[in-house]
Amino acid sequence: MKLFRQMFAVTAMNLRSLPQRAATSLVIVIGIAGVVAVMTSVLAMSTGMVKTMNSTGRDDRVIVMRNGSTAENSSAISRDSLRLVMDAPGVKRDAEGKPILSAEGLRLMTLYKKADDTQVNVILRGAGPQLLKLRPEIRITAGRMFNPAVTEIIVGKSAAAQYKGLQLGDKVATRRTTWTVVGTFETGGDSHESELLTDADTLMSAEQRGNYQSILVMLESPQAFQRFKDAVTSNPALAMDVARERDYFQEASKGISKVISFLAYVVGGIMAVGAVFGALNTMYSAVSERLREIATLRALGFGATAMVVSVLIEALLLAGIGGVIGALLAWLFFNGHTVSTGGQGMGQLVFDLSVSPQLMVFGIVWAAVIGLIGGLFPAIRAARLPVATALRAI
Amino acid sequence: MKYFSLIWAGLWRKRTRTVFTMLSIIVAFLLFGLLQGFNQGFNTLVSNQDVDRLYISAKSNMTDGLPIAHLNRIRSVPGVRAVSHWTYFGGFYQNAKDPLPAFATDAEQLFAVYKEMKIKPEYVQAMQKTRNGVLISESIAKARKWKVGDRIPVGTSIWTKKDGGSTWDFDIVGTFDASAYGAGFPGFYLNYSYFDEASAFGHGVIHYYLASIEDPHQATQISKQIDALFENSGSETLTQTESALAQMQLKQLGDINFIANAIVGAVMFTLLFLTANTMMQSVRERTSELAVLKTLGFSDGKVLGLVLSEALLLCSFAAVVGLAVSTTVFASPPMKALFGNFPMPNVVLAMGAGMALLLSLVSGLPPAWRARQLNIVDALAGR
Repeated sequence: MKLFRQMFAVTAMNLRSLPQRAATSLVIVIGIAGVVAVMTSVLAMSTGMVKTMNSTGRDDRVIVMRNGSTAENSSAISRDSLRLVMDAPGVKRDAEGKPILSAEGLRLMTLYKKADDTQVNVILRGAGPQLLKLRPEIRITAGRMFNPAVTEIIVGKSAAAQYKGLQLGDKVATRRTTWTVVGTFETGGDSHESELLTDADTLMSAEQRGNYQSILVMLESPQAFQRFKDAVTSNPALAMDVARERDYFQEASKGISKVISFLAYVVGGIMAVGAVFGALNTMYSAVSERLREIATLRALGFGATAMVVSVLIEALLLAGIGGVIGALLAWLFFNGHTVSTGGQGMGQLVFDLSVSPQLMVFGIVWAAVIGLIGGLFPAIRAARLPVATALRAI
Repeated sequence: MKYFSLIWAGLWRKRTRTVFTMLSIIVAFLLFGLLQGFNQGFNTLVSNQDVDRLYISAKSNMTDGLPIAHLNRIRSVPGVRAVSHWTYFGGFYQNAKDPLPAFATDAEQLFAVYKEMKIKPEYVQAMQKTRNGVLISESIAKARKWKVGDRIPVGTSIWTKKDGGSTWDFDIVGTFDASAYGAGFPGFYLNYSYFDEASAFGHGVIHYYLASIEDPHQATQISKQIDALFENSGSETLTQTESALAQMQLKQLGDINFIANAIVGAVMFTLLFLTANTMMQSVRERTSELAVLKTLGFSDGKVLGLVLSEALLLCSFAAVVGLAVSTTVFASPPMKALFGNFPMPNVVLAMGAGMALLLSLVSGLPPAWRARQLNIVDALAGR
């Protein structure tokens, strides 16, 4: 109990004198705020991307692609194969007994960003007639749905916001066809909002293509997955692979989000090392400014632990303030900031940076670790101070 | 120079503080060197690329492909030296998660277009003689431990063979050295003629024509000429120089420039506070010493100069160390594999020097000014 009372007394005294050391203390706060702000902002990129990809897909939908395809546009599926997949067990059927699935054809379109005119590849997805039963999340926000057999497209919310020439009534050209934008849709913030959508058979006949790229299938229930997968993969006439829609999209974002996280940790790590030196500096000078005070307290009978704790708490407090400021700065400037990136083999993906609460907490924890390391050595020095010398020193 | 030892002594008056400050600055300049080095590196990489090479793809989208019939018409454009082509094969080795950057091409013409690649002539000849031959880059050969004579089964999810199979067996007939180009160059080439004959569909499709031209100054004009050849045809072309194409691809990834500058900005801002604080503290502690100097006859200007030089010495020494470390990182083997032979850009070193100067001025001037304004009597009296 005595120890706690001592700790409390010394720490309180110490913190009261903090304003006198404001300039030096600011170094810790600003240094750590910088580290945390940079790190959370960069990580917000990968968090935002993963969030967009993870919200894509449902547990009871699966995506069927050619064996060995890692992305939809490196897959080719013939019409014969489609028929076999339609009859596989586990596929959900509508009231008329038709399977709820969509054989989809994809093509990349060259479009230009509004912001800086960068040329980007955007996915034009051709979907089957069961589209709305299969993807009930599609909501038309402006205009209307496309009609099959005429060259009409609807445009995802993010695509319409980011790229030129996608307003209602605009015409977009592919090699053999000119498409008219008749509507805008949203799908609840998933990756399809970066795409354009039309009817699959219209797309394929307009582009003179023979193969679909993927088949999206609604299952009777999420549990039907294994049954369906076994039936499709064991059929020798089908060289197909089945993946849960959710898993497929998560996998697709892994590569880039790994690179971004790596960058964040390397840069953040190097900056943190710099900040540790800054913190050490501040805390050493804080200790040396309090030299006489510490020595006096020790002479009065205060223990070494109380000294250590008081220095550590000061360091942690300053670091914590820095961390909070850094996380708030990142949140203020970058949360919801829209960016887009193009992965290998993927179309351009539009997503919002997400400075999530977890990320902010992570930043503050990171700050605390820097503060702890920066405070530890000066604290030990304070505790080891030979009382007599220190009293004479000044 | 005569005052160097005085400045030196002043700098090391409080050893721990100077060491920690210096380490922070070193770390900051290390980061600066790495980030700006990367950033400038990408830019140089992009702008270094030959403007005498043109990439011709379908105007609607690269993935649409162009007919092989375009080949002779492009070849006959005046000023074009050699034309080769790429068709994306994109296979994988054993496992779909282990992709191979494979392209079907006309190998003999390819190495005529890419003059800087090093390949033995007999390998090119062997490639022409072996239908299912492939040429691979030395880095791929090394990474996968493949050698000339090996047979490699390559899986594909796109190009079914006529016999229905989706695994293609290729014989490695040669290797080439692509280090002059860096990591961006695909390292696995099969014969287009064989590919076209054996694949079940997609006949006569080319994704990129690669043309090298005799005079780089004519790049724009020849590009226009080529595009005009196919205007209003079923497959219109888009001709870009190699560097323009690379710039565009880099931009698709995101604004690397902005990210690097923003981070460096944050680091330097933080550092400014740190250094300024160290200098300020050091001057405050030495008030009486500085007053003694003035008493001895040092002019106000000289005292200002002394303090400023201290800041300059601190920053420039740390900056040199930080930049030296980042230069070493750039010269390390993994970096070489990524960028090819490319040293730390001099621009970055110059920028770093400027940054160090600026840092020392901004952080050193306020304390130096304070030292200059010291009144001897007040300072000695500790007021």
